[in-house]
Amino acid sequence: MTAIVHAHHTPTLSERLKDASAAAFIALILGIPMIGMTTVDQGGFLAVMTRWPQLALFVGLTFAGRILFSLALETIKRRSQGRKSGKSAASAAEAANAALKRGTKPESVIGWLAVGIAVALPIFFSEDRYIIDIATSVLIYIMLGWGLNVVVGLAGLLDLGYVAFYAVGAYTYALLSTQFGWGFWEALPVAGGLAALFGVLLGWPTLRLRGDYLAIVTLGFGEIIRLLLVNWTELSGGPNGITSIPRPSVFGYAFLPPDTEGSIADLLGIEFSPMHRLLFLYYLILLLALLTNLFVTAMRRLPLGRAWEAVREDEIACKAMGINVTTVKLSAFAIGAMLGGFAGVFFAARQGFISPESFTFSESAIILAIVVLGGMGSQLGVVLAALVLVMLPELGRDFAEYRMLLFGFAMIVIMVWRPGGILANRTPTLIHVPTGDKA
Amino acid sequence: MTGKTLLSVQNLTMRFGGLTAIDNLSLNVPDQAITGIIGPNGAGKTTFFNCLTGFYKPTEGAVTLNHPTKGPIRLADLPSHKVAQAAQVVRTFQNIRLFAQMTVLENLVVAQHNALQKASMFSIAGLLRLPGYRKAAGEAVERALSWLKRLNLMDIVNVPAGALPYGTQRRVEIARALCVNPLLLCLDEPAAGLNPKESAELNTLLLHLVREEGVSILLIEHDMSVVMNVSDHICVLNYGRKIAEGTPAEIRVDPNVIKAYLGEDEDDQPVEKAS
Repeated sequence: MTAIVHAHHTPTLSERLKDASAAAFIALILGIPMIGMTTVDQGGFLAVMTRWPQLALFVGLTFAGRILFSLALETIKRRSQGRKSGKSAASAAEAANAALKRGTKPESVIGWLAVGIAVALPIFFSEDRYIIDIATSVLIYIMLGWGLNVVVGLAGLLDLGYVAFYAVGAYTYALLSTQFGWGFWEALPVAGGLAALFGVLLGWPTLRLRGDYLAIVTLGFGEIIRLLLVNWTELSGGPNGITSIPRPSVFGYAFLPPDTEGSIADLLGIEFSPMHRLLFLYYLILLLALLTNLFVTAMRRLPLGRAWEAVREDEIACKAMGINVTTVKLSAFAIGAMLGGFAGVFFAARQGFISPESFTFSESAIILAIVVLGGMGSQLGVVLAALVLVMLPELGRDFAEYRMLLFGFAMIVIMVWRPGGILANRTPTLIHVPTGDKA
Repeated sequence: MTGKTLLSVQNLTMRFGGLTAIDNLSLNVPDQAITGIIGPNGAGKTTFFNCLTGFYKPTEGAVTLNHPTKGPIRLADLPSHKVAQAAQVVRTFQNIRLFAQMTVLENLVVAQHNALQKASMFSIAGLLRLPGYRKAAGEAVERALSWLKRLNLMDIVNVPAGALPYGTQRRVEIARALCVNPLLLCLDEPAAGLNPKESAELNTLLLHLVREEGVSILLIEHDMSVVMNVSDHICVLNYGRKIAEGTPAEIRVDPNVIKAYLGEDEDDQPVEKAS
């Protein structure tokens, strides 16, 4: 009999070191702005101080911790596998399902580490508005990257107008909340659905197009949506945008100063701080982004997700296998657009003000760059690329005129160093490991 | 052979502008048998396959599949994915078309997309991991593995298909087509790029498929050691016209065929362009 489980081998020392170095590298990237630099009040003005020793300690701890963690994981896995192989009666169907579950690979370990850092981040920087703001922006781009990854990375449809769906989501929430008094959570599914509808609307006429031709049409679509928002003043407020969009609330309680009705600070009996709202927004986008990731990862392992990848690989072969390429492509457009719409709702709720200027082509280009540089189809690659692409301009704020130069230089470095993206290797959705016949 | 006709082609004509690639072709493909289609380069063999499988709409004529449960199905009216899904006519390609970055196992599971997509209730049952879907997914993997076992491909299950040698890719493509559960399997030059030992294995496989699995096969092939040994029936095309039809023994001695085709250098390994 055979069993389907995720491939597993004991890593060699050099693999372990490589893995730990990768973790340390991520710690370094995250650590430079978070630990390496701090602002100090020097008699009335703020000065930036560096804390390189602390950063070095942080990176070193990550390196050592990662090695210990992987060793511990190894032991646990070996034990549980010994237990599993004892049950020789496990049916093939059950075993196949084990393969459909998420496997423990170095990448997913790094992923969990990143989640841990993201969750713990506000604990260390609860008073640093700048860092929480940047981290929130990074998470928005990560979520957008994961959404676009469905269209570009998995289905292989080059979409240059993704920002249109982000705009549809943002404007849907802005209009529903300011005109009809809808709350964040009620508007979220509606905005997602509407964005998905726009995805199908864009997908339908472009079904026969591929590659460059599709890119041009989607670029045009993105511009149409933006121009519509600029010119349809009665609906969208034109270039002035929509102001005073309500912030998200927690079960009807808002982040308001004390002694105001519905103030969450009063409810919990804690001291009011404007940081609470920012922290809430940070955790909200973290939650939305993680849900997006879970959803996309699960979809990839389902028949539809595999069909997306098959369409990317060879459309004609798909037709010969009886796959309806039309529905597969449209579903990719719709789901990608829906996720972009969700991100748009969050964006509108966070900013409190939106205008067409937030949805220009350069946004689409940055999101696409995140997907391509991260490694098409790689979920973790999107995170790394978003970190690099969103934080680089921030780091370069001190020498403003060279910011875009730095940005461009970083893109060239990544393309020369890793032409397939930072993480270019594809993880199979199914792995078969033969097990010997048991008596 | 059951003596029944599985596929009947009547007065099929395919024109591309001024070029007539297939000229008034009529042909009966018997059920549970191997029908060979041979002919020199540019004779219209691949165009014939494209007309059968919905990739081209024929200019004139009809192609009818006598489905054992669904009755006659007019293939020319169906889009290509329906030809595979509803009529169970599945093809392979002359220039192998595997999902290169996906593993062999994934390739074979993708081929079972329609049944799995239904079982996953358009992903809802799949996302919730309901038992019905999990069972179907497990069965799909088992079915893929059983074909891989029969085609001696078990050692490359987890290898990305694009990384495999040419001859192995050919066999993987056949295995993938078999996962679609075909009534009629249309193979476009399956022996191209195979060594003599692999060709002999292919013969055994094709005969096994017809005799044990009840699949009917339509075979375009230049390798005479394959066509002449396994075909029950051969149809010879030249310039889009049928110039001869019969058993391998009859075709060997047919003067028209010798003139048009077999008279030429047999050792030549021609690379046919899509005609």
